[in-house]
Amino acid sequence: MNRLFLNKLILVLSTISAIIGMGFLFWILITLSIKGISSLHFDIFLKDLVNNGIRNLLVGQFTMALIATVIGVPIGMMAGIWLREYSNGSRLASIIRNLSDVMMSAPSIVIGVFVFAIIVSPINHYSGWAGSVALSIMMIPIIISTTDNMLSLVPKELREAGIALGGSKHKIILQIVLKAAKIGITTGILLSFARIIGETAPLLFTSANNAYMTMDLNGQFPSLTVSIYNLANYPDEKSRDLAWTASFVLTVIVLFINLLGRFLTRDKG
Amino acid sequence: MSGKLFKNFSLLFATLSLFILAGIFIVLFNYSQDAIKEFGLNFLTTDVWEVGEDDEGGVFGGFIPIVGTLLSTLIAMIVATPIALGIAIFLTEVAPEFLIKPVSISIELLAAIPSIIYGMWGLFYFAPIIQSLFGGSGMGLLTAGLVLAIMIIPFMSSITKDSMKTTPDILKESAYAMGATKFEVIKDVVMPYSKRGIIGSIILALGRALGETMAVAFLIGSVMQLPHKITDATTSIPVLLANNFAEAEDLELSSMFYLAFILFVVSFIIISSAKFFFLGRESK
Repeated sequence: MNRLFLNKLILVLSTISAIIGMGFLFWILITLSIKGISSLHFDIFLKDLVNNGIRNLLVGQFTMALIATVIGVPIGMMAGIWLREYSNGSRLASIIRNLSDVMMSAPSIVIGVFVFAIIVSPINHYSGWAGSVALSIMMIPIIISTTDNMLSLVPKELREAGIALGGSKHKIILQIVLKAAKIGITTGILLSFARIIGETAPLLFTSANNAYMTMDLNGQFPSLTVSIYNLANYPDEKSRDLAWTASFVLTVIVLFINLLGRFLTRDKG
Repeated sequence: MSGKLFKNFSLLFATLSLFILAGIFIVLFNYSQDAIKEFGLNFLTTDVWEVGEDDEGGVFGGFIPIVGTLLSTLIAMIVATPIALGIAIFLTEVAPEFLIKPVSISIELLAAIPSIIYGMWGLFYFAPIIQSLFGGSGMGLLTAGLVLAIMIIPFMSSITKDSMKTTPDILKESAYAMGATKFEVIKDVVMPYSKRGIIGSIILALGRALGETMAVAFLIGSVMQLPHKITDATTSIPVLLANNFAEAEDLELSSMFYLAFILFVVSFIIISSAKFFFLGRESK
């Protein structure tokens, strides 16, 4: 009897855990939607932070994330290609693979401090470039690991078919292997983009923030996330409302990109 | 020719990630030289953080933020571990087929929410609840630790779930055939089989929690004082960096780098021990 009771108890407890997890997700999403939508006017997308809008913040955040992607994706993909296609399972490859995995979990604030030291401190002012570099450092390990994993799923026969056709190794990689892994890698890029677009800590003292619309990456650069942090700590209602709206917009963007990525992979089974 | 170029470029970029990692160690260490020379290892046990008169020098010690980091992480781990384990058990052994997908996607979306959103939500919705239940200002170790727990649950449960899933069905079936209950199968077959993955996921989550910045910055109170009660406000290494790094100069800045260096070394050791000893990724 005791055994059966214990069994029931544990099954109930595990179900409760799942309910707790789901409960927090919906609690956060619901409060965020209520708070965010109630002060969501269309004109915040047309005005800059200085006029209580988020246009420049969205543009700034996307610009930095896109530049980080342009820097991070080729580097990460090339590194992943080397790990999977050229390294022949060497010791160096396993060191790189493991350390890059470790980097994936490195504290993001430390990456901000590092980029401050190598870029902001020497030129003596904040810059959008510094913010982009910090985000790209966060992105590279994720792209390396996705590329590495996705290429490992490409059947050996495809590569052999390429060799049989007389293709050179890099042509086979570029024209056959990468094509076969295209969807998986695209998903990885989308997920890592969703991750870095919501980052705050690496931007605090690299790009800092800017209340005005600017495209000058050499100066302080507008950031949605840094603005949310600042606005939430102001005492006035108006700033807080804007912080909620900005948080809502950010979450919608992040979850949308995430679901898009998942949808892509599901499509191909 | 271009094939060789391509190969060399790929090797170059692969090693670049090593250089970045080494670069972080070297740069942080270099920039913290002044503080290391001035305070040495006493830095770890000094609970003073004061800029000297005329903004010259001062006494800086990392004890308070280090304690704050450790305690908030500890609270998070105590709360998160059983819940994450419960979710993993639910998803692998308990949930009916039609629930597995929606629940696991929800948990993964929980992981995708940016940490600043947890901070906002925690500040305006969660902190008042903690305040009314436990007193205090609502901002402090407990609130920060609990929200931190919510943030690491998805990581922990997804890794735990994956390693539980690797338990061969035949092992479980033989236990069932002996008349074991579901709980006994989980306790005596699944858990021992996936022990390494579970421990690895706990250590990895620990590494993540130590370095979490934004959610904690909203909730821990950000004051330089040692907590006496669990609801007391204090600060942590990432939070101190987030709030005060930009204004710091000279010796204080160097002390901030020292803290960042300590945080990086500690998380590096924790995360890599999780990876190497427990979650070893075999190349497929």
